[in-house]
Amino acid sequence: MKHVDIVIIGGGPAGMAAAVSAYKAGIRDILILERDQHLGGILQQCIHNGFGLHHFGEELTGPEYAWRYEEEVQKLNIPYKLGAMVTDLTADRKVTYISEEDGEVTLDAGAVILAMGCRERSRGALNIPGVRPAGIYTAGTAQRFVNIKGYMPGKNIVILGSGDIGLIMARRMTLEGAKVQAVCELMPYSGGLNRNIVQCLNDFNIPLRLSHTVVQIHGKDRVTGVTIAKVDENRQPIESTREFIECDTLLLSCGLLPENELTKCAGITLDRVTGGAVCDSYRQTSAKGIFSCGNVLHVHDLVDFVSEEAELAGASAAAYVRGELSTNGRVIAVNPTGGVRYTVPQMLYTEGGDVKLFFRVADIYNNVTVRVSDGNNIIFEKKRKKVAPGEMESIALKADILKNINGDNITVTLIKEGEKA
Amino acid sequence: MYDIVVIGAGVVGGMIARELTRYQLSVCIIEKQRDVAMGASKANSGIVHAGFDAKEGSLKALLNVRGSEMMADVAKELGVHYKNNGSLVVGFTDEDIQAINGLYERGVKNGVKNLRVLSKEEVKALEPNISDNVIGALHAPTGGIVCPYMLTVASVGNAMDNGAVLKTDFEVTSIEYTNGVYKVSSPTETVEAAYVINAAGVYSDKIAAMAGYGSFTVTPRKGEYMLLDRECGNLVSHTIFKVPTKMGKGILVSPTVDGNLLLGPTSVNIEDKDNVETTKEGIDAIVAGSTVCVDGIPLRSVITSFTGLRAVGDTGDFIIEAAGDHFVNVGGIESPGLSSAPAIAVYVTDLLAKMGMELKKNENFCPTRKIFRAAESKYHKVICRCETISEGEILTAIHTNPGAKDIDGIKRRTRSGMGRCQGGFCMPYVADILARELGTSLLDVTKFGGKSNLLVGKVKEVQA
Ligand SMILES: Cc1cc2nc3c(=O)[nH]c(=O)nc-3n(C[C@H](O)[C@H](O)[C@H](O)COP(=O)(O)OP(=O)(O)OC[C@H]3O[C@@H](n4cnc5c(N)ncnc54)[C@H](O)[C@@H]3O)c2cc1C
Ligand SMILES: Cc1cc2nc3c(=O)[nH]c(=O)nc-3n(C[C@H](O)[C@H](O)[C@H](O)COP(=O)(O)OP(=O)(O)OC[C@H]3O[C@@H](n4cnc5c(N)ncnc54)[C@H](O)[C@@H]3O)c2cc1C
Repeated sequence: MKHVDIVIIGGGPAGMAAAVSAYKAGIRDILILERDQHLGGILQQCIHNGFGLHHFGEELTGPEYAWRYEEEVQKLNIPYKLGAMVTDLTADRKVTYISEEDGEVTLDAGAVILAMGCRERSRGALNIPGVRPAGIYTAGTAQRFVNIKGYMPGKNIVILGSGDIGLIMARRMTLEGAKVQAVCELMPYSGGLNRNIVQCLNDFNIPLRLSHTVVQIHGKDRVTGVTIAKVDENRQPIESTREFIECDTLLLSCGLLPENELTKCAGITLDRVTGGAVCDSYRQTSAKGIFSCGNVLHVHDLVDFVSEEAELAGASAAAYVRGELSTNGRVIAVNPTGGVRYTVPQMLYTEGGDVKLFFRVADIYNNVTVRVSDGNNIIFEKKRKKVAPGEMESIALKADILKNINGDNITVTLIKEGEKA
Repeated sequence: MYDIVVIGAGVVGGMIARELTRYQLSVCIIEKQRDVAMGASKANSGIVHAGFDAKEGSLKALLNVRGSEMMADVAKELGVHYKNNGSLVVGFTDEDIQAINGLYERGVKNGVKNLRVLSKEEVKALEPNISDNVIGALHAPTGGIVCPYMLTVASVGNAMDNGAVLKTDFEVTSIEYTNGVYKVSSPTETVEAAYVINAAGVYSDKIAAMAGYGSFTVTPRKGEYMLLDRECGNLVSHTIFKVPTKMGKGILVSPTVDGNLLLGPTSVNIEDKDNVETTKEGIDAIVAGSTVCVDGIPLRSVITSFTGLRAVGDTGDFIIEAAGDHFVNVGGIESPGLSSAPAIAVYVTDLLAKMGMELKKNENFCPTRKIFRAAESKYHKVICRCETISEGEILTAIHTNPGAKDIDGIKRRTRSGMGRCQGGFCMPYVADILARELGTSLLDVTKFGGKSNLLVGKVKEVQA
């Protein structure tokens, strides 16, 4: 069995950034396995701009952002294989892939970096009653048809879900001459970035119907319409508010699911909330030497943070291969509570240096304090004017704070205005 | 002019056509849809029933038990997934247990082998996830599961390999009989034959009436299902039934041959023979019906829902009869029609012999399918990532009888797009391959024939 120091599964922004970072940390024997015919991942089809503001300090389109990394991978001669789909992974880091060129091959990896990204929730997962005609697509599929193939999947459109891809596609389809009737969102708020709501819906007078869902799909061969309805506080449709909208296409933008089938193959512990692996501050999973980053770990709204996380995972994998990954000190579990849905990482070490903790909140809150406590003491506090489920939050915890943690867990919580806890 | 035309390319028409090609006969199969297996044969429970349900002495009982005994061999010959997983009818009340004892006795009379009534402890030992409220069950070890649409595709395909002709997009709208010749026509095409077999499922009453033999009616009875991700397929290993009622066998919980978990069907009589809508009421009924039987069903893992229509005849039994001169009705083939299909085919062939058809053995008959093989490397190029389906497998589906012509056809034959992302990722790639192989534009690629085109035009050429 061939040995490779670091095998990276997925050649999207996460996989490429991890590779570059591992290279810069001195590892040369790297292999990126990508099942698509190109590097770049989902960014290839995101031809709008708005990428890279944080990371490169300028606004790039998706393909431009991806190209920055691809160029670097090329320049450094980091090996990669395209059309190579990983089909199996074990906890002791045997990676099996198949490709047209090589057939089926199993590699013995010194370290593995999971960077498989995510997929969109499909209609089945949503259980919308009705028929199953042509004209129901996930927003990402529609995006691929329009941006890569140059074909229109429909001209009269209703979008279910106000995730970023749905918002972006509302604008895209409108610019291409289609009519977008409405964007329906089950929740009382959008899961997308505020800037996307303004630039993609408001600027084009596309109505955002909050607390609405599609309750039925009509049509025999092709979609002819959908019935939508308002939902009550338990998210149950209210019969009296049913409303028929004529359309030929229903686009679904109802959330992304991290693509963790391989992670499950290896028996790695998953976080029920993120759908990704549980990881420590190095982005190491419950399987030693297997790291995870990008959308496969938790869904990011901004690719800049994907790159940042991937660089960390790449450097950690390099340290692991050299036997230098220091997991010294006590292990501290991080528990999200009081309006904080999840944190990444879920674990850290008292002697592991500075840690940036990412998290998402459960609802929209104004004027809150993010508080980190270790049972006895508040070890960190930060005020936020507004937090929303669509935008990822982060806090930086300094090494000396971590050193002094009492006990073996800390909580991250939101203290709302007027609440004195 | 054909010796015989079979109307309807469901599992019944397919099995009959295949059986007929064992003899020196020219056979034409006619189907109104673009593909085969577009009726009940694609949307059912896929259970090979042991045969304890049907009333003793009925055609259903006879053909079910025979068909289920034939199924393992037929599936093997045709390369279709079949598994002898066994069935359980579980009881929760004393009345249920009485009914279970009744089923046991009926099964014995019908000739079902190895039936046993189990105690609570025995049931829990076999299936730990069955609800603790269970008090006993009927165990039918001969029960099985099969992939119903692949059985249909393979039987039609093997009939074609042996010389049968398949005509799709051919909706029979008139049947005339003059001078010993049947003219079977769609609005644009006519096929002539000496014999006609009507295997048109829920429409078999209409076809019979068209030929002037309308002696029965068929009512569509809706059955809705929910299909769960493969990661749930191990929740139970047997097919779990509740005690049957007048409307059918109730909501079952079963693994499928492909390893998914299937919940359903509901049972509601309707009027529209094409109404395959799923409904909120249906989904609620499935959830209620399945969760009382089995604990821990992960309803979050539903990947799709679908509906099938049972063709319920008005006689209470299968209607298989020589209706008129050289015309055979095979109507009202509701459950256990799938299980019975191989036996129905033999039964119909015997009937034709009695009607005077000459059956000379076809020495060249080959019971296995001719499978198209693409270049080896194509089988390592993955197109559908959820189910790991290669371009090679998709090419095989397009170029093996009966070739897939649309997205759903590829899906049924290869499982591409049947996984957890339901084609979100692979569908554009599959559409490309179809257009290339069939020599059409991407704009002509459909989901399932008719006007189900995927795309409405090129970018910049479309106006709302
Ligand atoms: C429509 C849309 C709009 C967006 N808009 C913005 C924006 O305006 N600004 C912004 O900053 N961010 C935006 N994002 C977010 C950003 O694009 C993602 O966060 C980023 O692409 C995630 O990178 P990734 O590498 O984790 O995943 P991906 O880009 O999904 O890459 C994963 C790669 O892994 C490969 N892979 C998966 N499984 C396997 C396997 N088994 N074997 C081999 N290869 C495999 C896949 O083919 C893919 O190439 C947007 C995302 C989308 C989808
Ligand atoms: C919900 C449900 C659950 C079931 N579960 C089971 C089970 O677990 N086990 C079991 O053994 N059986 C089961 N059955 C029964 C089984 O599915 C059917 O008995 C079997 O599929 C019937 O096959 P068929 O070929 O007669 O009908 P179909 O598959 O419906 O085929 C009839 C064909 O005729 C075509 N046609 C109709 N009109 C015309 C026309 N005018 N011109 C040309 N073509 C025409 C149709 O398009 C169709 O393709 C179930 C059925 C249902 C609906």
